[in-house]
Amino acid sequence: MIRSQRWKGAAFTVPFQLGFVFLYLVPIGYAVYQSLYLQQQSGLGLGGSTEKFVGLDNYLKGLTDSVFMGSVLRVFLFSCVQIPLMLVISLVMALLLDGLTAKAAGRFRTLLLVPYMIPGVVAALVWVNLYSPEVGPLTSLGNPFGFHWDFFAPSMVWPSIGNLLTWHGIGYNMVIIYAALQAVPRELFEAARLDGASEFRIARSIKIPYVRGALVLTGLLSIIQMLQLFNEPALFRNVTPQTVDDSFTPIMIIYNQAFNAGNYHYAATLSVLLALILGVASFLFYRLTSREAD
Amino acid sequence: MLTTDNGAQQPPTTAPAPAVRRLARPDAASRGRGGQRFILIGLALASAYSLFPVWWLIVAATKDRVGLYQSNGMWFSGMHVWENLRQVFSYDNGIFLRWTANSFLYAGVGSAGGTLIALATGYGLARFDFPGRGAVFACVVGSFLIPLALLTLPLYLLFSEIGLVDTPWAMLIPCLINPFSVYLAKVYTEATVPFELLEAARIDGAGELRIFVSIVLRIMTTGGATVFLLAFVNTWNAFFLPLTVLRGEQNWTLNIGLYNWAGKRAESGVDLTSLVLTGALLSIVPMAIMMTAMRRYWQTGVTLGALK
Repeated sequence: MIRSQRWKGAAFTVPFQLGFVFLYLVPIGYAVYQSLYLQQQSGLGLGGSTEKFVGLDNYLKGLTDSVFMGSVLRVFLFSCVQIPLMLVISLVMALLLDGLTAKAAGRFRTLLLVPYMIPGVVAALVWVNLYSPEVGPLTSLGNPFGFHWDFFAPSMVWPSIGNLLTWHGIGYNMVIIYAALQAVPRELFEAARLDGASEFRIARSIKIPYVRGALVLTGLLSIIQMLQLFNEPALFRNVTPQTVDDSFTPIMIIYNQAFNAGNYHYAATLSVLLALILGVASFLFYRLTSREAD
Repeated sequence: MLTTDNGAQQPPTTAPAPAVRRLARPDAASRGRGGQRFILIGLALASAYSLFPVWWLIVAATKDRVGLYQSNGMWFSGMHVWENLRQVFSYDNGIFLRWTANSFLYAGVGSAGGTLIALATGYGLARFDFPGRGAVFACVVGSFLIPLALLTLPLYLLFSEIGLVDTPWAMLIPCLINPFSVYLAKVYTEATVPFELLEAARIDGAGELRIFVSIVLRIMTTGGATVFLLAFVNTWNAFFLPLTVLRGEQNWTLNIGLYNWAGKRAESGVDLTSLVLTGALLSIVPMAIMMTAMRRYWQTGVTLGALK
């Protein structure tokens, strides 16, 4: 390729590069910078405030902040239950779809994708109302059987949110896994059937190993999404502010530190910490799942 | 894993698929009738689970307050659609219409600009070998791992320094730079724009900009539509960014407005549940229309972005 042509090619990416610098690199740099400082009231708070360099003090505070680390742990434990459950359901759906003719599979796929078309906030709004004992149909569903469940009770809030996330995520994850299944060479199944393998055996020994990559990907995307959980608890908080408090998830704490407590320095510190935790979790997950494959 | 075409980690899912597989699906036919029934029951149950909340929302939007609280949620009781619509659109001087217009503005204009930038960038990355190309692409993929809060909070502070907070620009500008769109655009360019065609155009004396505008963009209509659609949906669904950078209700999006209406009850005891539900249904309609009309595009977009 001619030299001048290369630079013309680079020119196509310049708008993006500039934007990336201003909308990604500068904000991240600013957050890191802020995380190293502390707002200090001078005198009796009358003379305004000054910024003082404190090094990594904010990070030490964040790492030992039981409220913040508690919320990370809470979301992590929740992820350990919800993500595998959702992925297993998505996988089963994809396997079932794979057993149908292409036409029938297309129809069901569209139906199962309906939740994905609904914005997350609206989905949460709908489910909050479905759970509501006043307007929702779900609470009274248990009455004939002697159950008087309260979907907003402290012990039920996480399962309630988990069901909402599962409902919203199955279709999307299923489509990804199904697309991976479509790429499996069909002759493999024929050969296995000739050898007398049952459909169940084929699914377990051929199909599932083949879609491992898709499962790792959907798992990774779910982890990234989950550590940033915000919209759903925020809407639950409208209904049960006592159970879903303002430090329910890491992002809620960061938002509160910034906008309610006005503590931008600490909020910046926690968001950098969260990014690091996210990076480590993704890396570990990826290493763990790909080592098993070897 | 989100990988590059020159990256080391290729998932086993991209194993080359033989061309025969689409011709027939003999495995479905060869299965026993019981197996098929089992499959249909399983999928029907899953579909019911996926659809019943939407059904409930549609039913709820047709009821008045009394019906909403007292009748069976899964079935109609009185028909008050028009009344509800009138209330939604007239409440607070028709603020709902304003929110709808805002959502369309941010998602439409922001995604259109973002798509154009992404197509140019994707083309540059896919078809030119310039110094720093790898670094740019590393930024694109690396940004997938950055939590939204890490960007949004400092962005809010920077925007407030230059007076952009609480203006439409605070939503529009961030939409212009979308790494995922760039990633998709690169994948599409690799799949659809042949090197030979570009070379031929160059020999004919066409300039690089001209080649991009009149050849590449034309080939990339389908890819561009997919990128635009996914970006539009993303912006329409956004919550954390508008919640942070938009303060006055005049600039809110539908999502923020509905969230605010839903919170009024806990805040001031005003119960807007009926309005919220009708509004929620209305906010889904543009998405549903768009996604159904452009199903071909976004279904490939979802899987392509994930598997490539």
